[in-house]
Amino acid sequence: MDTTIKNSNLKSEEYFINMGPQHPATHGVLRLLLTIDGEIIKKVEPDLGYIHRSIEKMCERDSYQQIVHLTDRMDYLSSHINNEAVCLTVENALQLEIPDRVKVIRTIIGELTRIASHTLWWGVMGMDVGALTTYFYGFRDREMINDIFEETCGARLTMNYNIPGGLMFDIHPNFVKRTKEFIAHFKTKLPEYDTLLTGNVIFQKRMKGVGMLTKEDAISFGASGPVGRGSGYSCDVRKHHPYSALDKVTFNEVLKTEGDSFARYQVRIEEMWESMSIIEQLIDNIPEGDVQVATNAVIKLPKGEFYQKVETARGELGVYINSTGTKNPYRLKFRSPGFSNLSLLNHIAVGGKIGDLVASMATLDLVIPDIDR
Amino acid sequence: MTNEALQNLISSWIPELEFTEEGSQFLNISVKPEQLHQLLSQLKSNAETSLDYLFCLTGMDYEKSLGVIYHLESTTHRHIVVVKVQTEDRENPTFDSVCDIWRTAEFHEREVFDFFGIKFNNHPNLKRLFLTDEWEGFPLRKDYVDEINMVIK
Repeated sequence: MDTTIKNSNLKSEEYFINMGPQHPATHGVLRLLLTIDGEIIKKVEPDLGYIHRSIEKMCERDSYQQIVHLTDRMDYLSSHINNEAVCLTVENALQLEIPDRVKVIRTIIGELTRIASHTLWWGVMGMDVGALTTYFYGFRDREMINDIFEETCGARLTMNYNIPGGLMFDIHPNFVKRTKEFIAHFKTKLPEYDTLLTGNVIFQKRMKGVGMLTKEDAISFGASGPVGRGSGYSCDVRKHHPYSALDKVTFNEVLKTEGDSFARYQVRIEEMWESMSIIEQLIDNIPEGDVQVATNAVIKLPKGEFYQKVETARGELGVYINSTGTKNPYRLKFRSPGFSNLSLLNHIAVGGKIGDLVASMATLDLVIPDIDR
Repeated sequence: MTNEALQNLISSWIPELEFTEEGSQFLNISVKPEQLHQLLSQLKSNAETSLDYLFCLTGMDYEKSLGVIYHLESTTHRHIVVVKVQTEDRENPTFDSVCDIWRTAEFHEREVFDFFGIKFNNHPNLKRLFLTDEWEGFPLRKDYVDEINMVIK
C-alpha cells in the first residue's frame, strides 16, 4: 500500500469487477470475475458457457462422418488438426491402413494451420499490449495460407478436408507451388516480427518476469502446447506420440525454461520456424497414391474405447470415444487444450496488475469455443 | 514400464483392483470409490509409476451407474494408465476429489459436476461451470430430456 494512503484516512478495500463477456482482450465471450484491490488482482474466476453448444452431446446423436464437421467449430484456428484428431481415432479403431500420401498431406496442412494460427495470435498479442501494427502484419501473412486452404477445400475459416479414411479429394494442382511461395515469402517476413515487436523495450518490460509458471505447476495444471513448453515442460505430442507423417521428419521441440509470458511468446515465434522446416522436408516428397481408403457408408466402430491425442496450435487435443458397436459413439469427450490452459490463469495472474492479466492471457492464446465446446 | 510390470506393482498396493486391456489401447484399472483417492495419490507419488500428468478426466453415464475416467500419463516414464470408478447411486453420486493431487482436476471436476451431477468431496469450489445455477438436470446424462433445446432424430 502506498505510504500516502497509509498516513491518511483513505482506506483501500477489495471489490470485484466484471471483465467480459464482451471485452476485447478476452478474444471471445469469456467472462472473468476479478476481485481486485486497487490495481492488484486478488482472484480471477472465469465464468464459462456463453457459447457452449454441447458438442459432446450432439456427437452421441451423429454419425462419425458428421462428428468431424463439428470439431472445426471448437478451436476454429486449428480446424484441420481437430478434424484430423477425430479421423485418426476412427481410423485406428477400424484399423485402416492409411496411404502415405494422405499422411504427408495431413502433416503439411497441419503445420500450415499452426503457422496461420500463430500469425493470428502474434497479431492480436501485439494489439493486446498496444501495438496495433502487428495485427496487419500477422493478417497479411495469414492471408496467403487462407488462400491456399480456400483453393484446397473451399473454406477460409471452418475448414473441412479430412474424412475418416483419408481426404475428401486430392490437393489442388497449385498447392505445392503456392505453399513453396508462402514459405519463401514468410522466411523474409518472420524476422520482421522480431524487429517490430520482440526486441521492443516497452514490449519486453510488459512480458519479462510476468505471468510466472513453474514446470511443476504447468504439469499439475495440465498445461500443454506453447504454454507448457514456455515453462520447460516437454509436452509436444508430435514428439512423444507422433501421428501421420510426423515420425518421418526431424524438428526441434522448442523449450524455454523461464516460464514467463516472454518465454511463451518466444516458443510460438520459434515454432513457426520449425513448422516451416517440417513443410520444407515434405513438400517435394509427397508420395503418389490414393487419397482415400474406402469405408462403409455407415461407419460402425467396434465395441471398446479409443483415445487419440494430437498437437493443435494450442496444445494437446484428446479425443476419447467409447463405442458400443453402433453407428454413433456412446460417449465422446474432447480434452481441449484451452480448457486446461485457462484453469491456470488465476494462478499466474494473482498478485499482478490488470494490465499484466491482459498480457498474460494473450500468451495463453485462448480460443473460447475450444473451452466452451 | 510395461503394462504387465505396472499391473504387478499396482496390484501389490491394493488387492481388490481389477485390471483389463480388453477393448482399449491402455492399461485400465477399475477401483472402488472408497479406494479411489488412495490409489490415485499413490500412482502420482510413487517414483516408479510417477503419473504426474492427468490429461483427461471424463464423466460417464453407463445408464445403470455413473462414473469417472482418469487418463494419466507419466512425464518422466511416458507410460499411460487409465483409472475408472463407478457408483450405482444415481441420486447422490459422490467421489473423492483429486484437486489436491492434480490442480487441473478443479476445472475438470466442475465440468463433470455440471453435466453429470457427480459430486466431489473436498472440492474447493464445486459449482456449475458452464450452465447457470438455476439449470435443472444434468444434460450429458442419458436420461436427460429437454424438449425445447434438443433435436432428437
